[in-house]
Amino acid sequence: MANAIEARGLRKRFGKATALDGLDLTVRTGEVHAFLGPNGAGKTTTIRILLGLLRKDGGDVSLLGGDPWRDATALHGRLAYVPGDVTLWPGLTGGEIIDLLAKLRGDGNDLKRRQELIERFELDPSKKARAYSKGNRQKVALIAALASDAELLVLDEPTSGLDPLMEAAFRDCVASERRGGRTVLLSSHILAEAEALADRVTIIRAGRTVETGTLAELRHLTRTTVDAELDGPLDPDSLPGAHDVALEGTRLRCEVDNAALNEVLRRLTAVGVRNLTCRPPTLEELFLRQYSAQNQDSAQNQASERQQVTPAP
Amino acid sequence: MTTGQVVRTATGRATSEGGPLTGTGTLVRLALRRDRIMLPAWVYVVVIGVAANAYTFAKLYKTASSRSALVASGESNPALLFLYGRLNGDSVGALTAWRYGVWGALFAVLMSVFLVIRHTRGDEETGRLELIGSARVGRQAPLASAIAVAAAANVVLTVLLCVVLPVLGLPAAGSVALALAIGTCGLAFTGVSAVTAQLTSGARAARGLAIGVLGVAFLARAVGDSAGASGPSWLTWVLPLGWTETLRPFADERWWVLVLPLALFAAGAWLSFSLAARRDHGAGLLPDRPGRPTASAALRDPFTLAWRLQWPALAGWVAGYAVLFAVCGAAAKGIAQLADTSGALTKEFSRIGGQSGIVNAYLAGLMLLGGVAAAAYGVSAVLRLHAEETAGTADPVLAGSVGRARWGLSHLMVAFAGTALLLAVAGVATGLGYGLAVGGAGTETARLLGAGIAQLPAAAVIIGVAVLAFGALPDACVAIGWTAVGLTVALNIVGQAGQLSHWVLDVSPFTDTPKLPGGTVTAAPLIWLSVIAFAFCAAGLAALRRRDIG
Repeated sequence: MANAIEARGLRKRFGKATALDGLDLTVRTGEVHAFLGPNGAGKTTTIRILLGLLRKDGGDVSLLGGDPWRDATALHGRLAYVPGDVTLWPGLTGGEIIDLLAKLRGDGNDLKRRQELIERFELDPSKKARAYSKGNRQKVALIAALASDAELLVLDEPTSGLDPLMEAAFRDCVASERRGGRTVLLSSHILAEAEALADRVTIIRAGRTVETGTLAELRHLTRTTVDAELDGPLDPDSLPGAHDVALEGTRLRCEVDNAALNEVLRRLTAVGVRNLTCRPPTLEELFLRQYSAQNQDSAQNQASERQQVTPAP
Repeated sequence: MTTGQVVRTATGRATSEGGPLTGTGTLVRLALRRDRIMLPAWVYVVVIGVAANAYTFAKLYKTASSRSALVASGESNPALLFLYGRLNGDSVGALTAWRYGVWGALFAVLMSVFLVIRHTRGDEETGRLELIGSARVGRQAPLASAIAVAAAANVVLTVLLCVVLPVLGLPAAGSVALALAIGTCGLAFTGVSAVTAQLTSGARAARGLAIGVLGVAFLARAVGDSAGASGPSWLTWVLPLGWTETLRPFADERWWVLVLPLALFAAGAWLSFSLAARRDHGAGLLPDRPGRPTASAALRDPFTLAWRLQWPALAGWVAGYAVLFAVCGAAAKGIAQLADTSGALTKEFSRIGGQSGIVNAYLAGLMLLGGVAAAAYGVSAVLRLHAEETAGTADPVLAGSVGRARWGLSHLMVAFAGTALLLAVAGVATGLGYGLAVGGAGTETARLLGAGIAQLPAAAVIIGVAVLAFGALPDACVAIGWTAVGLTVALNIVGQAGQLSHWVLDVSPFTDTPKLPGGTVTAAPLIWLSVIAFAFCAAGLAALRRRDIG
């Protein structure tokens, strides 16, 4: 079984609203897959379909080789889930909930691992859930998932509410899970997290997949950030394929299409280069580009609609 | 619009004084918007309950002699004194105040407790108040708005009663006194629940504490009323429910008694404000005890989880059932005597309870009541499924290796086992109460236990309606479940039975249940009701397996 999750053309409507509009998602067994998108893009809806909590309206989906709707109960014994918004039973303690979730999955209770994780995440397991902060509720769900022996971890924005120290602990845990051969689907907003952890990335927007691939593949499609200190003056318009050019005296900063990199560097060395840094874009920059493309689209749509409605004065 | 104006407005807002009560008006409007259905329903139930009773008494006891005979036997029956309180005279008004003064006040109290807790500790526990508190809202505004809304509800209820009772032909002064007795009792508990909302960090516990005070108040006055001349009759004076009697509506009203509930309201409100000013947001004054760091073997699957979540409520129901039905059973001894005073009353009992002797008819009526109330418990237990689903706590269970049907069944088991337990308690408590009063506790207990259990199939049908609604129409299931309960109350208890055709009455499963004890046992309707209940539950679970969760 090569793919832990395989979704093709997934569709879901809620009344008139379309949540998923032909979404594709492939998660290979043994990889950490980041699932990125803005609010309302359909990440949680996709995950709820994968868990068999929602019924798909169209498309094909398979999870661990089974049908997530039909075989839900059996498949759930092989996965662990951390919801994006963790609600717990207010009258139960964190420790009780961790144990209960393990038993509901049908897990043997690995007491040593449980204790390690509780110490690692600095959780007080004897507190009632109503006394926990959002971050502590998140920890309860995370510990329950990480302590399980599930082959697939489905994590919906798992670090929202965690402080940076706990976030680092979480990253360490996921990294060691990957070494241990577990598959992880990680929906996130935190791009640094995806960059640090993920083997492959899927970016979705408005219920559709817009990009998917390894980080290297995604960067290949994009630009390189160039910082240079020059010997002499340069005409900023003389650089083909460079974007967002900022020139302050002899300090240059710009984004260059990878195809034009050779030509740009030739022009720079013609002027003389004292200092040069080229680096791939961060996922942040990829992400912002995706979003702003979307915003430009919708802004253009609105503008054209306005023009149609209001006659020019 | 110029930029200058914007800046001025902004600085104006920023520098204006904001007191601890800033924003109360807005929060009151929010509360009224959220409770736009629940609030009128509560007020309606209390007003109609009292008015319907005044109307019935006027019809059943037309002559002064029949009324004084009722008073004579009512005063000599400790169980009736325990349930309803002391009689202050033999006018229709005094009888209405006797029969529904304490109980009307009890409903007004429940309304006030639910309202206050819901808008204070309830919202604080869910975190909604945190969002509100971060806005331009004073520290005390949420508490002030909750108290204001509950007080307003009690005022409206009082005014309506002041209008309705004189229309039914009761004296104006007494009507006003009874209305005020009920309204101020609700007000007093508005103060009490405002205090309990500050004490615990959980809304359930705060509500339980306030209802515990109510229970103590009921028992105090019940003991004070029924203990006799040599007993501690001062107990009636100690807590709010007794004040509805000591005010003496329709019998030389002691108006100054109204000072007591009003003072309790004022004291409670003052105390709650000063406690709220002292504590942290989200924290209670009673400390949260640490719990078990690991789950015991008693928490291991959906069924034990459902039990863990639901047993405190069931325990409360069982305790209430045991006390009430024991007392009502003991009251049966005086029923024969009481019935002699009114042919109409005999007819009334026979209509509800069947034809075979007035005591059996009374006991059968009691068992019917127990059946309908147990169905109400069962519906509330089933609706916990809906509460878990909307809160999001169903997700981690269903994301475990737990099928939909198994999850549904876990709470269904609690609902059915709890309902059966309540019916058994009703039967046993009534049998013991009656048997110990007249002798033959063993046989009475056995036959009333049977009579109680005979209500189970009918109650199961009502519960089944809620299960079906939860599976097939989850958004409407709360309304549908409680409507089903309300219909059986309307058809089988409130009555108009004489005027309704049998076809309409047959809508309620309790109409088909044999009237026990005393009636003839026929197995066929019990079997049919069980089959229908099973079919409803199976269909509901099947629908649950097919729909989206959340």
